[in-house]
Amino acid sequence: MYKRDPIDKAFSTVTAVASISVPLLIIGILYVLFSHSSLAIERFGIIGFLVSADWNPVRESFGAAASLYGTVLTTFLALLIAIPVALGIAIFITEVAPNFLKRPIGAAIELLAAIPSIIYGMWGLFTLAPIMADYIEPTLQDAVGGLPIIGILFEGTPMGIDILTASLILSIMIIPFTASISRDAFNLTPAVIKESAYGLGATKWEVIKSVVLPYSKLGIFGGIVLSLGRALGETMAIAFVLGNNHQITTSLFDAASTITVTLANEFTEADTDIYYSSLFYLALILFILSFITLAIAKYFIVRGERNYPR
Amino acid sequence: MSGEIKIEVKGLNFYYSGGIHVLKNITLPVNKNTVTALIGPSGCGKTTFLRCLNRMHDLYPGNRYEGEILMDGKDILDMDVDIIRLRSRVGMVFQKPTPFPMSILENITFGLKLMDIRRSEFVDRVEESLKNAALWDETKDRLQESAYSLSGGQQQRLCIARALAVEPDVILMDEPCSALDPIATARIEDLIAELKRNYTVVIVTHNMQQAARVSEFAGFFMTGELIEFDVTKRIFTAPSNKLTEDYITGRFG
Amino acid sequence: MSRDKIRRFENSIALSLCTLATFFGLFWLIFILGDVIVNGIGALNLGLFVNDPAPPGVEGGGLRNAFVGHLMITFFATLIGVPIGLLGGTFLAEYARGSRSARIISVLSDIMVSVPSIVIGTFVYVILVKPVGHFSGWAGAVALAFIMIPVVLRTTEDMLTLIPWSLREAAFALGAPYYKVIVKVVYRGAAAGIFTGVLLSIARVVGETAPLLFTSFNNAFFSVNMNEPVSSLTVTIFQYAMGPYENWHAQAWAASFIITIVILALTIVGRSIISWRYGKR
Repeated sequence: MYKRDPIDKAFSTVTAVASISVPLLIIGILYVLFSHSSLAIERFGIIGFLVSADWNPVRESFGAAASLYGTVLTTFLALLIAIPVALGIAIFITEVAPNFLKRPIGAAIELLAAIPSIIYGMWGLFTLAPIMADYIEPTLQDAVGGLPIIGILFEGTPMGIDILTASLILSIMIIPFTASISRDAFNLTPAVIKESAYGLGATKWEVIKSVVLPYSKLGIFGGIVLSLGRALGETMAIAFVLGNNHQITTSLFDAASTITVTLANEFTEADTDIYYSSLFYLALILFILSFITLAIAKYFIVRGERNYPR
Repeated sequence: MSGEIKIEVKGLNFYYSGGIHVLKNITLPVNKNTVTALIGPSGCGKTTFLRCLNRMHDLYPGNRYEGEILMDGKDILDMDVDIIRLRSRVGMVFQKPTPFPMSILENITFGLKLMDIRRSEFVDRVEESLKNAALWDETKDRLQESAYSLSGGQQQRLCIARALAVEPDVILMDEPCSALDPIATARIEDLIAELKRNYTVVIVTHNMQQAARVSEFAGFFMTGELIEFDVTKRIFTAPSNKLTEDYITGRFG
Repeated sequence: MSRDKIRRFENSIALSLCTLATFFGLFWLIFILGDVIVNGIGALNLGLFVNDPAPPGVEGGGLRNAFVGHLMITFFATLIGVPIGLLGGTFLAEYARGSRSARIISVLSDIMVSVPSIVIGTFVYVILVKPVGHFSGWAGAVALAFIMIPVVLRTTEDMLTLIPWSLREAAFALGAPYYKVIVKVVYRGAAAGIFTGVLLSIARVVGETAPLLFTSFNNAFFSVNMNEPVSSLTVTIFQYAMGPYENWHAQAWAASFIITIVILALTIVGRSIISWRYGKR
């Protein structure tokens, strides 16, 4: 190699330092969260903290189970609603919609992703929650509340400020992510292969079911996991309608809490060291959980693209 | 072979990173103010050879040269050679037109600005190089327009003009017509014939008719070796090597 | 029914369900946007922009402090985040192109784009709020900048990678050092894409609330001092919407309306630039 221009050397060093900022940020976050939660880790341990549903600032007894339960349950329900809808939208955009509608509808769905979460939250509180309380939840209760086992999910007085409302809002938020990644994955299916299936007399749905979906399964799975990661960390959209209730409840009509909602509501109020440290412990768990989830998502999305390059 | 020698390549070996030996003991002269064509089947090393002459391979780590490339008697493979200065003496035109994302004028002055040439000279240099590249008449009224507004052939001539503007001694052309239509190709070939009055041109081409039309000297490469180097006319009419003959007559490649 | 008929029937049912799913998605978009527009426009008035908040429970007042605060925080976040992201992306696409470290940083950035923003808030609280003992506008700006960096970095990397390598070689062949090739040729070719990336990253952070809760916090008074707590529209929306007063709710709707319009405008402009410049999508 030849002698480098000194300005070029300086410029490349500056850009290298700038790019290091991302790993540094991750290390910094991990270090800060870990060191600030050490007090709580010592006091409650790892398993002990994860399984204890006790969250009592007065008695200085803290456990993550209630918040984790809320996080996992709302995320799970949100995915349950979002996945079929998002796949339907992706199929509609790539295979069903007439050409002149593909782009406007795709853009409209992606606008859903651009709406900030605080707007979802406020809309949820003022508009959706009353509708849920007055119409949808009583209807659900009448319809399936009497059934054994399932009925447990629909017990109690529908207030609208509950797990069901929060999950619905969360699902609306993640639909565009899942849909747009699934659409990209669908588009990786080579046209020739689809055409040869059509050539055998397959219907559109049969082509989708037996050619497009198998071809894009890695990408779709990645998209779903990505949405999962997003949903885990969503704060403002559900902070309004979940009620910050630190109890593990069985009914979808009960208030609950998630890690994010607990942090948003209590972080600035923590008055004791152990309270404060427990909140950091929660943040650490959330960070690790979503980081791993997102890494898995990224892995599958990349693998999906690598298998079938455009 | 007579005339003043501009570049003398002696025993050049070239290895890509990982040690892949792609040029094997190449020795050839390039005469001043002539057009030298490099021909051969794809993958034979002719482009790799061309890119040694302005040390383009230095952009990528791990590449290694052995031997000598004397330009005006000075070995350009020496460690102390200023590559930036070397490249302003040796212009290069690529396979596909490579206009920069800026106006026609700025494309030409790009190299001038790099060389700290006085702004007062710009106007003359721009006009001269565009005229030399036979592009002046088509562009003189639209110098501020984006270079992308030109046709493919015009873009390629713009790239030639851009290379000429810094007044190099040598111009390297790597299949400059492969992305152009026959009419644009003919114009570039005429231009190459003009250029040798002031410049030394080395051109890589896969088109043998083109090599026959534009060059005085030709070298035939195969699998990294220089099989034969001679006056173009002789290469095409009476090659001394069987391999060259087979290639010329279209028996392979 | 014959086998053929069943297949056709299944086909039309499945495709209808997909269409229905799309309507379901569009329904929420229209519902939410419509709600924000109707309630927001109803609550808009000039006083909102020129007055500071009235004491709690008192009618009138505005959100001048939050508008100005939000602009300041976003402005400084952009000022910090965009250059770092831009330079970092340059490293990945140019100097470290194709290297292992570039790939790792690229993947890490993709992950950081989606990491919960509230975690960033707790992090910045520790490094910038706790040591000085009070919330500050700077802390808010830094938290948002941390969110912007990976976004800008990744779009810059992608946009620079789209510029054909031959263009760089052509500039090298004229004797240009790499930094000049990047600044004068590559950046110029990728300008539209990079600009879009910046717009979208601003759109991304303008609506953020969670990372501001513990950093810039809120301020009921007008303040342009970035060393003090600074009010923002989003945190104000959170506080007002959860509060008990009707006029707070109205102002929260108005603020939501403004934020939504700004974000949608940025997003639509950004996307239009992309489709105009790069075709497709």
